[in-house]
Amino acid sequence: MPSALPDGEPVPSDGALPASALAGAADRPLGFYLHVPYCATRCGYCDFNTYTATELRGTGGVLASRDNYADTLIDEVRLARKVLGDDPREVRTVFVGGGTPTLLAAGDLVRMLGAIREEFGLAPDAEVTTEANPESVDPAYLAELRAGGFNRISFGMQSARQHVLKVLDRTHTPGRPERCVAEARGAGFDHVNLDLIYGTPGESDEDWRASLDAAIGAGPDHVSAYALIVEEGTQLARRIRRGEVPMTDDDVHADRYLMAEEVLSAAGFAWYEVSNWATSEAGRCLHNELYWRGADWWGAGPGAHSHVGGVRWWNVKHPGAYAAALASGRTPGAGRELLSEEDRRVERVLLELRLREGVPLSLLKQDGLAASRRALTDGLLQEGPYAGGRAVLTLRGRLLADAVVRDLVD
Amino acid sequence: MPATPNNVPEPSRTDPALIRNFCIIAHIDHGKSTLADRMLQLTGVVEQRQMRAQYLDRMDIERERGITIKSQAVRLPWAPTHDKGNTHILNMIDTPGHVDFTYEVSRSLAACEGTILLVDAAQGIEAQTLANLYLAMENDLTIIPVLNKIDLPAAQPEKFAEELANLVGCEPDDVLKVSAKTGLGVEALLDKVVAEIPAPVGVKDAPARAMIFDSVYDSYRGVVTYVRVIDGQLNKRERIRMMSTGATHELLEIGTNSPEMLAADGLGVGEVGYLITGVKDVRQSKVGDTVTSQAKGATEALGGYKDPKPMVFSGLYPLDGSDYPELREALDKLQLNDAALVYEPETSAALGFGFRVGFLGLLHLDVIRERLEREFGLDLIATAPNVVYRVVMEDGSEHVVTNPSEFPEGKINEVYEPVVRATILAPTEFIGSIMELCQTRRGTLLGMDYLSEDRVEIRYTLPLAEIVFDFFDQLKSKTRGYASLDYEPTGEQTSSLVKVDILLHGDKVDAFSAITHKDAAYAYGVRLVAKLRELIPRQAFEVPIQAAIGSRVIARETIRAIRKDVLAKCYGGDISRKRKLLEKQKEGKKRMKMVGSVEVPQEAFIAVLSSDDSAGSAKGKK
Repeated sequence: MPSALPDGEPVPSDGALPASALAGAADRPLGFYLHVPYCATRCGYCDFNTYTATELRGTGGVLASRDNYADTLIDEVRLARKVLGDDPREVRTVFVGGGTPTLLAAGDLVRMLGAIREEFGLAPDAEVTTEANPESVDPAYLAELRAGGFNRISFGMQSARQHVLKVLDRTHTPGRPERCVAEARGAGFDHVNLDLIYGTPGESDEDWRASLDAAIGAGPDHVSAYALIVEEGTQLARRIRRGEVPMTDDDVHADRYLMAEEVLSAAGFAWYEVSNWATSEAGRCLHNELYWRGADWWGAGPGAHSHVGGVRWWNVKHPGAYAAALASGRTPGAGRELLSEEDRRVERVLLELRLREGVPLSLLKQDGLAASRRALTDGLLQEGPYAGGRAVLTLRGRLLADAVVRDLVD
Repeated sequence: MPATPNNVPEPSRTDPALIRNFCIIAHIDHGKSTLADRMLQLTGVVEQRQMRAQYLDRMDIERERGITIKSQAVRLPWAPTHDKGNTHILNMIDTPGHVDFTYEVSRSLAACEGTILLVDAAQGIEAQTLANLYLAMENDLTIIPVLNKIDLPAAQPEKFAEELANLVGCEPDDVLKVSAKTGLGVEALLDKVVAEIPAPVGVKDAPARAMIFDSVYDSYRGVVTYVRVIDGQLNKRERIRMMSTGATHELLEIGTNSPEMLAADGLGVGEVGYLITGVKDVRQSKVGDTVTSQAKGATEALGGYKDPKPMVFSGLYPLDGSDYPELREALDKLQLNDAALVYEPETSAALGFGFRVGFLGLLHLDVIRERLEREFGLDLIATAPNVVYRVVMEDGSEHVVTNPSEFPEGKINEVYEPVVRATILAPTEFIGSIMELCQTRRGTLLGMDYLSEDRVEIRYTLPLAEIVFDFFDQLKSKTRGYASLDYEPTGEQTSSLVKVDILLHGDKVDAFSAITHKDAAYAYGVRLVAKLRELIPRQAFEVPIQAAIGSRVIARETIRAIRKDVLAKCYGGDISRKRKLLEKQKEGKKRMKMVGSVEVPQEAFIAVLSSDDSAGSAKGKK
């Protein structure tokens, strides 16, 4: 969740959606994202909406604390029920992210999930994920989550190398995330993800390969690998500006990405989104696929974004302001945008092109189609799928996806 | 409180014996406008309460940059202190203070019998002032040397009085010391103007002959022409004739400025004033031309008329191609007021549609560009200024090149470039570095004179092209800002000049072609190619950047193909941000100029071409 909120129009105080947003909803899957805006410490590269204080005071003295956070968030789930009215859909996916969700008691996470089950019902095969910090879970915690209905867990491993973790300000010790995978498996989790970051200043090719090997060795069914983005305003950005750590070159990022593809595919992982690999169809993150395929999801929590039927909205960022809004019965929504047909087309192109299935060529206009033919000639799109009417990125194309999108949306 | 004296002679009925026509020669910042302000006040033509600083500088740009571009004339009545009953008419003709406008200065001087040489008592004389002083001496003007700002703590009146006395050929005690700011000594100066500057002499009964020394376009009144009557008389409502073109006009209004326009019955021998004929374009009323009556007019024009000749050319292109019609309209409007401004449409493969514009010099270029941007709201890219080359081919044919990209291919016999005589004044400690700079710019030393113990005048012949290219910046930095520069065209010379082309991915970028001396070509090529490598973003393919003379590549860099252009994360909250980023990137893409298949940001053009802009803007501050 990027730290800056976009510009948009105000959200009505009861959070009501235009009728158009709910039209045809039954045909779209519905998911929930639950944001937990707390961390033990802030990592130097992080610009997410998260806070290290355990208590934050909102308007009118409303207290937003880690301890009552689950109750506040449950208020928003109930609000969602009201806003979606008689929408009959069961929830297909739930994803708890942060921040550090596992800073909350496992019981809190289970209660939040329970509220969704109560208000909406969970589909029988629902995917229920939480992000977890390797240092803040143990087998008992994991067992409690599993018993409470969580069936997927995502650990922030980032790197297997101590000096890389240090630059990232990650506090866990190397080896811990890999043991977490085993503990999660032991607790009965079907699906386990490890998040990796490449291109950290000071990371060598060899460091990266070691991280990939360690991750694979731990036996997850899903790996996400992200190029380190140095966001403005972060501690890391300041350190780079001061020359304390070097900036990683884009070419290095490209090399590391190629290495990730090579090592992961050799280990039986297949890419299904630019930064995501899974060992099987079933290992894919269904919740993330909702984002990429234009489905509906309700994002609850400070700064969380939602999308329902062409309306995108986002909540106020500060936990205090968030809690105060809900305490007074108002929506915590800070702003929204109603997408035009063209906006939705553009979003589909930019999101679906990142996927293994690619974009149907029928979605492109004349100039975009011409651009797609050039991209094909330039080796950025795959021949086979193109003949079948889809623009699917080649490996080189994946590294230049944004450039291809810029041409294809014309 | 001074007031306008009684018995002020009226225009057309003023005895030439009572008239004094003078101008003020001064360096920028030496206080000319402030002195003019004091004179307006002391003679009572501007009431105290209407007074504002630099009353006569009309254009915003003039006031802001402290430079006077267009000259004007003000009629000031003055009763000398020793002869209160005898009111004289002082016509103060304001001269432009810059090298680009030497011709206009020379015409202003030709309208005067004397000049005040105004020098800052803390700084001493500067190169342009010296150049204009020589011009005044050639015109046989009476020179009244004056040191200004004597109230400043840093003033060194004795030292600089000595310097002025040496230059003018008088005693140091003859140098007046004033403070235009406080008014100290200004009355004495006006008395001295009456006492020392000769009255104009002309033939009263001869056919009218008046010299145009300025011509200004006014959006309400059309062209206002400033003249000095030499012989005879011009009367209101008569028909007049411009002797260079033979065109005749009805005189809608004739009058004087004090300082606002005031209609009169006419202008007689020695008088200075304005004419309005209803023409809309200053090119129909050219500086230096002679005005006479249509009926029984003069047959022989006054000497000295010249057509202004552009010395420096630059391509002006709108940043946004759709502004092209606005640019044309703006140039048309500026030309109404600027007979020296010439332009014709040109097309650049890299920059689109624009104009090749000819200027008198770098300040002229800078002023025009700034006015286009400020008064007309245009965003422009200007190509590096270049001079005019004459290329003689082996087959004897000849090309005049005003745009480097049009430099002819094929067998060239000789290339001629304009040269100037440059005068540099500076403290003696900088002689070495100035000579070094001039040598590297292909200069030939003409001579050197000491103005005083620690100040020197150095004269060089230099190719104009070398001055156009950041010379002034270099001079200023090598002399810690102490040197001043003046130059005048003196002709042309043959030189070993070559055209350096810049190629992007094999395509010539016309806007970057330059004509340089063959010894400087390599350095130019290397510098530009390196700069472009920094400025052009990586593309989907590898882009070679080459500098070449003809087909010979003299410098090469490569922009590696971009390998990564993808955002790592794209989840729920990233989507809006990503779509907005995409919209922004697409806007940015629109601002890219395509050179062949390479996208070049406009900023790259501006940055590369601006290495010469800095020289241009520095000129204005001179």
